[in-house]
Amino acid sequence: MKDTIKTLVEAYGPSGFEDQIRGIIRKEISGLSDSIRVSPLGSLIAVKKGSGGKNAKRVMLSAHMDEIGLMVTHIDANGYARVTNIGGIRPLHCIGQRVAFADGAIGVVHTERLDDASKAPAMENLYVDTGTRDKASSKVKVGDAAGFVQPFVDLGQRMIAKTMDDRIGCAILVETMRRLARTPHEVHFVFSVQEEITIAGARTAAYAINPDVALAVDVTLTGDTPKALPMAVELGKGPAIKVQDGRMIAHTGVKDLMVRRAEESKIAYQLEILRGGTTDASEIQLVREGIPSGCLSIPCRFVHTQSEMVDIGDVLQSVNLLLAILRKPIEV
Amino acid sequence: MSLTANLRKLSEIPGVSGDERAVRKRIEDAIRDHVDEMRVDTLGNLLAVKKARGDRRRLRVMIDAHMDEVGFMIVGCSSDGGLKFRAVGSIEACILPGKVVWVGPDRIPGVIGVHPIHLAYKRINEVQPIDSLVIDIGASSQEQAEGAARSGTYASFATPVRSIGGGKASGKAFDDRAGCAVLIELLCKPRLPVDILAAFTVQEEVGLRGARAAAHALNPDAAFALDATPANDLPMEEGEDRSPNTRLDDGPAVYVMTRGDVSDPRLVRHVLNVGEKRGIPHQIRQPGAGGTDAGAISKSRGGVPSVSISTPCRYIHSPASVLSLADLQNTVALVRESVARLTPQALKR
Repeated sequence: MKDTIKTLVEAYGPSGFEDQIRGIIRKEISGLSDSIRVSPLGSLIAVKKGSGGKNAKRVMLSAHMDEIGLMVTHIDANGYARVTNIGGIRPLHCIGQRVAFADGAIGVVHTERLDDASKAPAMENLYVDTGTRDKASSKVKVGDAAGFVQPFVDLGQRMIAKTMDDRIGCAILVETMRRLARTPHEVHFVFSVQEEITIAGARTAAYAINPDVALAVDVTLTGDTPKALPMAVELGKGPAIKVQDGRMIAHTGVKDLMVRRAEESKIAYQLEILRGGTTDASEIQLVREGIPSGCLSIPCRFVHTQSEMVDIGDVLQSVNLLLAILRKPIEV
Repeated sequence: MSLTANLRKLSEIPGVSGDERAVRKRIEDAIRDHVDEMRVDTLGNLLAVKKARGDRRRLRVMIDAHMDEVGFMIVGCSSDGGLKFRAVGSIEACILPGKVVWVGPDRIPGVIGVHPIHLAYKRINEVQPIDSLVIDIGASSQEQAEGAARSGTYASFATPVRSIGGGKASGKAFDDRAGCAVLIELLCKPRLPVDILAAFTVQEEVGLRGARAAAHALNPDAAFALDATPANDLPMEEGEDRSPNTRLDDGPAVYVMTRGDVSDPRLVRHVLNVGEKRGIPHQIRQPGAGGTDAGAISKSRGGVPSVSISTPCRYIHSPASVLSLADLQNTVALVRESVARLTPQALKR
């Protein structure tokens, strides 16, 4: 599974520009579903038909394939590219980082010298140096989107990558597809677009699929780092079952089902209450007449930096929990 | 009626978000003889269909422009007859004192009060918040003022359109009567090889509310949102090197990303290609802040590939914005040529 994770987390795919990562995932899941299609906005939807029966449900699982990034807003006379954020980015985290554009061109992000060195820079203080001499020779254009560049690092039990959010969710869906031999349910695996900006991908996919129940699979924060905001989620203590986040309360029936299946399967789990931030589930929940929705969260440190860390045990148990849910009746 | 004549007529009609009726009526009259179907939906959107020529499998393309403008709502009266008001849509309080307005459907003339400079030795340098301002309609008592404009009455800037130098025009509400004028012009021209689903929407300025319902009803294959976007192409300070967002006279502005959506990259590519090939001036709008109806349209139903194209406009959301009539003409050309050449192939992945 780590090979898949490495392949996914290093790929390019800022929100709205998911063509490359979609191509990679499409290859990974080739032959694993009964049908596969791309939505009008670019989400990849793979359907695995179930064995049916009166308990069969239409289930949507959603992991987003887009990542946060930067977009060029202006090229100045010296060829420095000014940028704005794609998704939630702290300018401070960008300094000294390398970014890649769709064509592979690399740049480094830095900041203007600030009069007050104790202040964090704002987005408008940042620029990307793409190695060009001046504006005329700049290959980068206004409107070009960049993703961050960081290699996957395997520390054994733990792993670091720029886009655990949410390629780890994508990898979990891929692995679930590989291992899900039998299910009564019609399962729609959605690799969604634009979660980091508007959640447009999951919302529209949910409309098209019209599922009986939906689960987002995404990362959540942890409270286990020095002076962290108190939060009862830790790395390595198992997948987190969402109770509430900044924009939704998980459907209690869905949450309870997840808890039941985890306990039956002796999978250690944590209950997640996240103060800020949300996932695909918050929008899926409001589609059409309302869709019972929950979220399986993977504890992750340093979210929205270029070094997001997860625990392989949490990841493998997330797959096991999804399999346990999908193999049995889903009553919410 | 010509493009500029339509812009002039539409601009001068008050039509603050939620009160678009008079604008809609004018547009209905302008397009009636040029469309195959026309209806007003529950929210007040004007939806019209102009079918394609020929009967091949054709795309259904939504073209959107919002009818509403930012303005004011009366919320009460002061004891001396001033009308208290709040902004509808985003307006900076600092631009308001001393501006002339129309109050209510009968266009009662009014002035937003300001301390004369002779007496304002203390407060002139402070921005007065909107809730401390009043509209003066000449009433001398609370009763008189209430009789003229009850709470809930709309007010708008009262600015006639003028031609100014260099092929420019000034006026209120170019955001987005410019888009409305462009869309009317498109509907009045001969049929294209695609179905045009026109939406003149309500309540864009208060959260893209009309477009959401319009897109659901029209259920298009792709969408173009036509709007007005700030041109901040004023003289810069020495050494300053920043994006002006857009520049007047550089042509229609094509969007890549706003805070509300990312334009479909296939449509952006298509529009830029058409602009290049047909020699129509165009520019890319600085990605970032702002948003258009495309934010709501793209999230409709199963998702709608969308792109926004705006006429650059200085000083929008103020009593007098300035646009270039050449840009307006080029917006018509770029949108028409782009829509005409849109095929299912262009939307293949």
